[in-house]
Amino acid sequence: MGTIALNRVRKAFGDAVIIPGADLEIRNGEFVVFVGPSGCGKSTLLRLIAGLEDTTSGHISIDDKDVTDVPPAGRELAMVFQSYALYPHMSVRSNIAFPLKMAKMPQSEIDAKVNHAARTLNLNDYLDRKPGQLSGGQRQRVAIGRAIVRNPKAFLFDEPLSNLDAALRVNMRIFIMQLHKDLGSTSIYVTHDQVEAMTMADRIVVLNKGNIEQVGSPLELYNHPNSLFVAGFIGSPKMNFVEDNSIGVRPEHLQTSDKKGDWAGTVKLTENLGSDTFLHVDGGQLGMITVRASGESTLKPGDRIWLTPEKGRLHRFDANGKAIRK
Amino acid sequence: MARRQSKRKTIIVSIVAWMIGLLLFFPIFWTMVAAFKTESDAYSLPQNFLTTPWTLENFGIVQERSDYFRYVFNTTVIVVLSTLLGLLFAIPAAWSMAFAPTSESRSKLSGWNWLAIVLGALSVCFLGLYFTDWKPSNALLGIALLLIFVVPASLWAWSLNTHNSLLWMLSTKMMPPAGALIPIYLIFNRNGLVFRDWGWVNLSEYNLIDSFWGMVPLMTLLNLPIIIWMLFTYFKEIPVGILEAARMDGASLWNELFRILTPMALPGIASTCLLNIILAWNEAFWSLNLTNKYAAPLSFFISEYSSPEGQFWAKLSAASIMAIAPILVVGWFSQKQLVRGLTFGAVK
Amino acid sequence: MATRQAQVLGKWALAPSVAVLAAWSFIPLALTIYFAFLRYNLQDPDNTGWAGFSNFYYFFKDPYFTKNLINTVLLVAGTIVTTVVGGTLLALLLDQPFWGRGIVRLLMISPFFIMPTVSALVWKNLIMHPVFGLFAGIQRYFGSHTPLDWFGKVPLLSVGIVVSWQWLPYASLILLTALQSLDEEQKDAAAMDGAPPLSYFRYIVLPHLARAITVVILIETIFLLNTFAEIKVAGIGGIAGNLTYLVFSQLNDATDVGMAAAGGLVAVVLANIVSVFLVRLVGKNLEA
Repeated sequence: MGTIALNRVRKAFGDAVIIPGADLEIRNGEFVVFVGPSGCGKSTLLRLIAGLEDTTSGHISIDDKDVTDVPPAGRELAMVFQSYALYPHMSVRSNIAFPLKMAKMPQSEIDAKVNHAARTLNLNDYLDRKPGQLSGGQRQRVAIGRAIVRNPKAFLFDEPLSNLDAALRVNMRIFIMQLHKDLGSTSIYVTHDQVEAMTMADRIVVLNKGNIEQVGSPLELYNHPNSLFVAGFIGSPKMNFVEDNSIGVRPEHLQTSDKKGDWAGTVKLTENLGSDTFLHVDGGQLGMITVRASGESTLKPGDRIWLTPEKGRLHRFDANGKAIRK
Repeated sequence: MARRQSKRKTIIVSIVAWMIGLLLFFPIFWTMVAAFKTESDAYSLPQNFLTTPWTLENFGIVQERSDYFRYVFNTTVIVVLSTLLGLLFAIPAAWSMAFAPTSESRSKLSGWNWLAIVLGALSVCFLGLYFTDWKPSNALLGIALLLIFVVPASLWAWSLNTHNSLLWMLSTKMMPPAGALIPIYLIFNRNGLVFRDWGWVNLSEYNLIDSFWGMVPLMTLLNLPIIIWMLFTYFKEIPVGILEAARMDGASLWNELFRILTPMALPGIASTCLLNIILAWNEAFWSLNLTNKYAAPLSFFISEYSSPEGQFWAKLSAASIMAIAPILVVGWFSQKQLVRGLTFGAVK
Repeated sequence: MATRQAQVLGKWALAPSVAVLAAWSFIPLALTIYFAFLRYNLQDPDNTGWAGFSNFYYFFKDPYFTKNLINTVLLVAGTIVTTVVGGTLLALLLDQPFWGRGIVRLLMISPFFIMPTVSALVWKNLIMHPVFGLFAGIQRYFGSHTPLDWFGKVPLLSVGIVVSWQWLPYASLILLTALQSLDEEQKDAAAMDGAPPLSYFRYIVLPHLARAITVVILIETIFLLNTFAEIKVAGIGGIAGNLTYLVFSQLNDATDVGMAAAGGLVAVVLANIVSVFLVRLVGKNLEA
């Protein structure tokens, strides 16, 4: 079992309030992603759950047991750090075995589990090397291995892929998702990359300045964002906001025509990616609008263009930035 | 240097630098030369290098007369043991400052409150003693009064936040040894304040003067602030994430300190030991005053040659060289450690 | 930031060190205070009792007290000035590339590792000795018939020379390290800006060194206030002694425990005043 509940959790460092008050329920087996811009408090929230930071007030429970005052070792959670945090003076084998050694498991069991983890993660050839002799991706797998062997109630990932290059990042992303499918354990994953969030999560928690703005499945957040912030954060390229931030429409939801439409504008810049073309259109009073067109678009800077939002794809926001539902 | 400097400048700089270097080293060099001369020759000036009969006899005489190797043994024992003892105390302390620092004082009392408490305790002791004509009627009363003062003062020191704690430790090193000599002497000495016949137990057999049991803890205490400071600066360079990973992996404090931190900080610990060895080796004040024969280190050995009667420069030189040679070599190899240790990390 | 649990553990991990250091500083302090007010001379050990402030009075009245106090200040200040100025110049010199730089560096730092007792003996007997010393030899070479008796005529200066010789390497090493940490790019930028060497030194190098210099001053003060071995071994106590030696001589020569304690207390108070002052000043430069 691995349900986690946060009840009015608040964190302040002296006068600086990082998290004013967070309420969250994470179900067993879910893959939850904490996402948000730098400094939004997502790592802090993760560390609070891990027990690496104390709450200023509020309660955290795991499987209905209050663990607010329980130190990390007692919470039965495993964490994969952004910098991997491997023990540099120990071999890969010893690194993975360490938590089991701390739990005073008999050596034969330890060896069995370590070997199993090594097989799962393809680390068999590296078991006797030291972390310093491994590449970034290999170190990441060792860090994951160290987390898996403990059969924790939940996995905590703190931006684990940020230090990897782009190609490796994609591979590791798929790897982690497959691992999650195989193990079925609850996972909390922190990232600032909304692509990772959208592709990996069962549910996404969007954080802004310490506040949980919205919790929902990726598609829910994409189709029905609660606020300006969530609407602007999810989806790339960013949603277009016109008429003083009261109306929003995504670049991919605008139809283009060279004859007629709701909005008129002039193409200022085109970005052709081969698969798509992004047109940056000067909409006059409406401001700059980004439009996604097909890769075969022949529009050039200076061309007149008409844009029409697709039906039902307009988002309206009130003066406070909250979405107005019809 | 991105640009090549002119040949002429290099030559001038080389000459000046070498001159100064040789000048500064000269006294040592002079001593080395004198050590290899016969006694009568050592006086003669100007020195004639080519015709002097060089000899090794002085070294032999020094060893015979004052058993140089015993002093080396004593010094080594004191230095090594005090370093190890120091590490035992300093590693947890430096861990605490580096990884569990506090920014506010640990107690709810302010600095002025503590001052009032300590001064109050002092006054109580004063009055208590005053009425007995300044002689405590029995030793237990004396100890009680001592504790009335020392305990609040110690609690104050413990309540300091990390930054002030470090500064306080530094300040204990500023304590003039002259001030502490008498009390320490009386505490260490047989039939002094501690080691005497108390009636219910007779400690007068024990004596910390001129003994390793006295000198080793003393050396530890002298250098503990520097050891803690230096370890602290090295520990701060270790990414705290690794220790956090250990905590998540279920490691207790003992495990965290000795399975993870110490192996990772080994170079820093070695550097600290190196510096401590140099400082302890050259320590003179306490060595001269508190030792005599059995635990006397090399400082004492040299002082035996300082008596004004009888000129024996050659032997003096030989003895000097024998005393300083080991540490000089060690020192040459530990410049980096010296810089870090004796600037408390401000310069690296 | 650490958790409550870590901080509790931290408190207890720190406790043993704090306890021993507190005992080491407060117990002798308490005892010194006690003895300072006690009439107690080892030659007349049974005649003890409350002495009021008489110990202090006689300590201050000691003919050498004022002189020794001034000597202490002169010795510390003089050495600091010599070593900092000399150290800066040496650091600048050693920062330049030249042949055999490593060896010169070794030669230059050697004095710091010599035991103070040995230094004193070597300087007194081999170098500054009026008959057999090197300086005497040099003076005779230039025709003088009465070479200067350094330790006899100018004892404080002589001790000052010895101590400066010992500490110059320390200052030079520290300042050289600090100098070498000066960003190479700053040097290049200054060159592009057309800065002449003297201005470069004044506006760029000196401020960079300022932090290291303050730490050097702090450390040297801590150690120099307690100069002892050189003075004892060179046998120049008395008129050329410092406060530390005066206290020692009260105990050793006069065997007056009470007076020595009073003197010790005075030394402690003075040292504390200096240290509080200095530490406040320099404390923020230290890595804490």
